[in-house]
Amino acid sequence: MTRPSPNLTLAARQRHLEGKGTGWTVTARVTLAVYLLFLMVPIYWLVNMSFKTNTEILNFITLVPEDFTWDNYTLIFTDPTWYMGYVNTLIYVAINVAISITVALPAAYAFSRYSFMGDKHLFFWLLSNRMAPPAVFALPFFQLYSSVGLFDTHIAVALAHCLFNVPLAVWILEGFMRGVPKEIDETAFVDGYPFWKFFLRIFVPLISAGIGVTAFFCFMFSSVELLLSRTLTGTSVRTVGVAMTRTSSAIGLEYGTLAAAGVLTIIPGALVIWFVRNYIAKGFALGRV
Amino acid sequence: MLELDGIELVLDGQTFLSRTDLVLERGTLNVLLGPTLAGKTSLMRVMAGLDVPTRGEIRWNGKRVNGDRVQSRDVAMVYQQFINYPAMTVYDNIASPLRIKGRPAAEIDRKTRAVAELMKLTPLLDRRPQNLSGGQQQRCALARALVKEAGLVLLDEPLANLDYKLREELREEMPRIFEQSGAIFVYATTEPEEALLLNGNTATMWQGRVTQFGRSTQVYRNPVDVTTARVFSDPPFNFWQVEKRGNRIVFGEGQSFATTAPMAALPDGPYQAGFRAAHLELHQHRAGAVAFTCRLIVTEITGSETFLHLEHGADRWVGVVHGVHDLAPESLMSVWLDPAHCYLFGPEGGLCATAAYAMRN
Repeated sequence: MTRPSPNLTLAARQRHLEGKGTGWTVTARVTLAVYLLFLMVPIYWLVNMSFKTNTEILNFITLVPEDFTWDNYTLIFTDPTWYMGYVNTLIYVAINVAISITVALPAAYAFSRYSFMGDKHLFFWLLSNRMAPPAVFALPFFQLYSSVGLFDTHIAVALAHCLFNVPLAVWILEGFMRGVPKEIDETAFVDGYPFWKFFLRIFVPLISAGIGVTAFFCFMFSSVELLLSRTLTGTSVRTVGVAMTRTSSAIGLEYGTLAAAGVLTIIPGALVIWFVRNYIAKGFALGRV
Repeated sequence: MLELDGIELVLDGQTFLSRTDLVLERGTLNVLLGPTLAGKTSLMRVMAGLDVPTRGEIRWNGKRVNGDRVQSRDVAMVYQQFINYPAMTVYDNIASPLRIKGRPAAEIDRKTRAVAELMKLTPLLDRRPQNLSGGQQQRCALARALVKEAGLVLLDEPLANLDYKLREELREEMPRIFEQSGAIFVYATTEPEEALLLNGNTATMWQGRVTQFGRSTQVYRNPVDVTTARVFSDPPFNFWQVEKRGNRIVFGEGQSFATTAPMAALPDGPYQAGFRAAHLELHQHRAGAVAFTCRLIVTEITGSETFLHLEHGADRWVGVVHGVHDLAPESLMSVWLDPAHCYLFGPEGGLCATAAYAMRN
């Protein structure tokens, strides 16, 4: 029996004491580390680029910015064509989430509580809307919105995204509502609650986790969707996604600025994920999402 | 007064209630007794207004209320599952029916605390229902039903999901709570023992129909037919085929016993005789007791009592005798029955002669 050498790590010593084979553990850890590294590379490269000058990006491959600069961020926060992109995006995403949840709540309640003629077909049809590529709807939306004067407004994009988000919201919420026993509804009615008071005071708090998850998914979809938001907006409500894909100036592509815009786009999403992370797990457990 | 007049309930082509008549008086406790799927819950849902009867009329204090909104009815209900509003504290749960009626705050507070005290929930008022034990959750649901002071309180197997100790405790409290309220209580249960303990009226239910309604002890002692006898009996009622010839009841291979007073006037012919498990004895306890030779299938010892599962010809019987008896299975043995404990039912199942002992009281 060999004595563990003093310069072994604590974990290694632990393994030594337990007398377990270390082969698999090491392989597993290395694999995991490589995998995580692999996942992080694009994000790291984005952050890395956002602190470089355009010259450095185009001429050298550097792992850390050699000529560290905040200029890219400064540009975004001072140039209205950039920062208004974020404002516009947040506005239409907020409108979309509000509409989707408001519309989907009663619809999901109906699907979860009542059986009516064609309910299963209707539910499936709602879902199938979610499966169509947005490109299919780009032209009809553009033509329709142009003729009714909705083109290049926040509500135009928000409404267009409802086509995909409402079915998704109905689907997720229905799963959460199904988990609430019908007896709660009936007890409330017997207790004297009119339907809307019951719905708002008792039922909605019960499925608040579901509403959180739904809002998150609507937010995610609406904020990353590019094709419809690009087709339905002009210059006045240009979204950040559109700004990022259209930015090529006289001197070519502004890589550094684009990277900084990218980083700033990721942040709100990451924040939202942080807040709803526990609920999402619950959503998955309920078999929806 | 709640009157059900020829109530039928058919949902999606499936019959849940078939022609039910029932009149419940103010200040009474009424037990709906029947096995699972007998229609107890369906009947309660109709009473509450959650389901509209397909046919028939339901009257509350003489006024027809078919199809009236649930909210406008004078009803409270407690389910078998512990149903509370999870987002509210126990206090808010109990207060909610009063708040929705728009009662003054002082009255709400006074009544809520009084009912909470009655239900022993006072130390738990700030908790949320999901942080309570099952018994406490059900007490919270009961408190919410009582605070409303509704004229009709429906309790659908309220103790079914509780453990033994709590059931005993709540069951003892129930009659006291009923007495204080003066409302019509309807209490569904699958257990005959519970129906007797609650000491009120019993409606026995079988396949969506009320087979008999009356004082619990009356229904227990004088079941109108085989079905009622079976429903209101645990362990099960025992039956065997007999024939009346003159003043003798003949069965098996020439065995017989003398007719009892209620049987004397019956015309001769075939009958179905029945008796309760508790009336079987292991020894000849009375002079006139009839002996049966049975095959013992299995014995279950519960402590102070022994359950005997017997085979008498083609019939399966259950006997309950006092004390612990260690008997060998598959053995042939004799058991005794006092004819005074024997009921006679007609071929259609209706009661022809009640047991003589039941007439004495």
